[in-house]
Amino acid sequence: MKKLLSIFAVVAFAFSANAGTLDDVKNRGFLKCGVTTGLAGFAAPDDNGEWAGLDADMCRAVAVAVFGDRSKVEFITTTGKSRFPTLASGEVDMLARNTTWTISRDVNLGFEFVGVNFYDGQGFMVPSALGVSSATELDGATVCIQTGTTTELNLADFFRLNGISYEALPIETNDEGKENLFAGRCDVYTTDASGLSSTRAAASNPDKWVVLPEIISKEPLGPLVRHGDHQWGDVVRWSLNAMIIAEELGITSENVDAQTSSNVPEVLRLLGVEGNYGEMLELSNDWAYQIIKQIGNYSESYEANVGPDTPLEIARGLNALWTQGGILYAPPFR
Amino acid sequence: MNEVRKPPVATTGIIGWLRINLFFNWTNSLITLFVIYCLYQFIPWILDWTIFSADFKYNYLGEQITNQEMCSRNLDPENGGACWAVIYVRFYQFIYGFYPKVEVWRVNVAYVMLALALLPLLYAKLPYRKYFLYFTYIFPVIAYFLLNGGLGFTEVSTNKWGGLLVTLVLGCTGIALAFPIGIMLALGRRSKLPVISMMCTLFIEFIRGVPLITLLFFGMVMLPLFLPEGIDMDGLVRVLVAVTLFQSAYMAEVIRGGLQAIPPGQYEAAKSLGMSYWRMNLLIILPQAIRISIPPIVNTSIGLFKDTTLVIIVGILDLLGIGRGTLADTNWLGLSYEIYFFVSLVFFIFTFGMSRYSLYLEKKLKTGINMGAD
Repeated sequence: MKKLLSIFAVVAFAFSANAGTLDDVKNRGFLKCGVTTGLAGFAAPDDNGEWAGLDADMCRAVAVAVFGDRSKVEFITTTGKSRFPTLASGEVDMLARNTTWTISRDVNLGFEFVGVNFYDGQGFMVPSALGVSSATELDGATVCIQTGTTTELNLADFFRLNGISYEALPIETNDEGKENLFAGRCDVYTTDASGLSSTRAAASNPDKWVVLPEIISKEPLGPLVRHGDHQWGDVVRWSLNAMIIAEELGITSENVDAQTSSNVPEVLRLLGVEGNYGEMLELSNDWAYQIIKQIGNYSESYEANVGPDTPLEIARGLNALWTQGGILYAPPFR
Repeated sequence: MNEVRKPPVATTGIIGWLRINLFFNWTNSLITLFVIYCLYQFIPWILDWTIFSADFKYNYLGEQITNQEMCSRNLDPENGGACWAVIYVRFYQFIYGFYPKVEVWRVNVAYVMLALALLPLLYAKLPYRKYFLYFTYIFPVIAYFLLNGGLGFTEVSTNKWGGLLVTLVLGCTGIALAFPIGIMLALGRRSKLPVISMMCTLFIEFIRGVPLITLLFFGMVMLPLFLPEGIDMDGLVRVLVAVTLFQSAYMAEVIRGGLQAIPPGQYEAAKSLGMSYWRMNLLIILPQAIRISIPPIVNTSIGLFKDTTLVIIVGILDLLGIGRGTLADTNWLGLSYEIYFFVSLVFFIFTFGMSRYSLYLEKKLKTGINMGAD
């Protein structure tokens, strides 16, 4: 199936490579961005039918970079199975759909991951009454685990490495895992940490559950585009980087206007006061200014959608800047 | 003089009915008591949860609810029932999806027109039924321009459609288109011309041999890869095609069942009157065949209406999809009981309506009577 898909991807790519995606988007007048059908904190419709979340902000940031208008984006909902063909066939210009960056997706499927907007990883959630503070203390526990996923293999590896035993309770969906854990049929539920947080937030009494500190796998989630259109890939990549660099430089949506008269050279370059970096990308020179003004820097987007003040309560952790103990790092803007 | 004596009290009236139906013998009585006990336990609880302790718009403090933390049952876990505020706040999305608010009157007009278009089909005694029927025939065209745009209306792309709108569009189009296609396929499969009968049989068996999900995936995932760049087939249209093909195959088999129940005498009688193939089928065979197929036709239609929820897997947000999207909003996490209850209630209203209508039709057409066979 994967091979078949990649053949199709190549065929589709052969058709789509002749015109630049950036020009297509500009001519169309709006960006088509593939998002999930609903994942708490990443992309979900709010009460007014507007898509909100970390991934939705990524889409809007690209729309702002191209058009200077955060509303010039059409969200196309995709599922785990339909996302790659949707991108390959050109139905969407980019995907921002909590998609893990792996070698086979990057190379074999013919896509280009342009960066990481959320470092996720597999974690454990237990009832706080269990009195466990580390996953290594889980000897003999019953674990709710989604079958046929990489999480299942990661789990087996982790317990074998630590020389402890477990009993697996196979489940199919996240909802099933949630119900089983809440009903006490398993002691531990394991899935991606962001998923654990939303499961915890959905509990009637979130304080009764704790997410353990161990993260046992790498799940870098990021936006991706089709192979072969580097100009468009650059636009998406630097839209993400601009948000991260803005945080590094302390530029927020509130102080961005004052920062245009800053004396820091990189700030002036980023905001388009100096240099012609917008022109290089075939965008207007204030593209990054507009992103920060209309969407905010990475930290603002994170805090509003998944941060400690939201019901998800996901601490910055790996997603903090490299200067603050995380691994978020953008190449210099020069 | 014989005096007419009334039957014993114990066999008539309420007491008689109770004795015969509920307390006929001791096992019967035991089961009755058990069921009454279960209902006694269940009904007050469900009424309390859904109505008496539930929040509709305000919580017990009198504040208007804007997120799940403000629901009475989350403020005070001991008290409070369902939190219907989520349905209240999201009602627009459940009914129209992401349809722009300024254009939403078009959807409302389409909903009203759908009801008007269905009227002549549902009530044979409707005055001026003929003119209503003309309207029914052109309704799909009007609805297309109204919902999608064109003819002076601004275009609203189908990925802004959602909720009940998508469910109804899929259900109605699927059922309405599958009916004529199904009849043609059923006649084709029984045709004496080998090419036609083989093609119809192949089509029916192929479509029936794969699950609807497979067809949806094919329409959604494979089709765009085959189409050349620039020919952009709308996602909803692709799903509609898949749903219609699927439903036609099932409809064809249902109608073929009806056709097979028609005694050969009917064919022979029609032929002896010199009727052509089409006249025979249209005037003699099909009216009888369809009449006896009403229960299975409604059966597959209800099945299709519920199957439309499968479109979630190709990323189209129907009524259920909007519900699940709502559950992914951090403001409304954890209200799954309310949302699934509401969605199933809406589906129940439509499917129950369909099944009651089929009962009414059966009564009116007296399908229970054995026709013409002897």
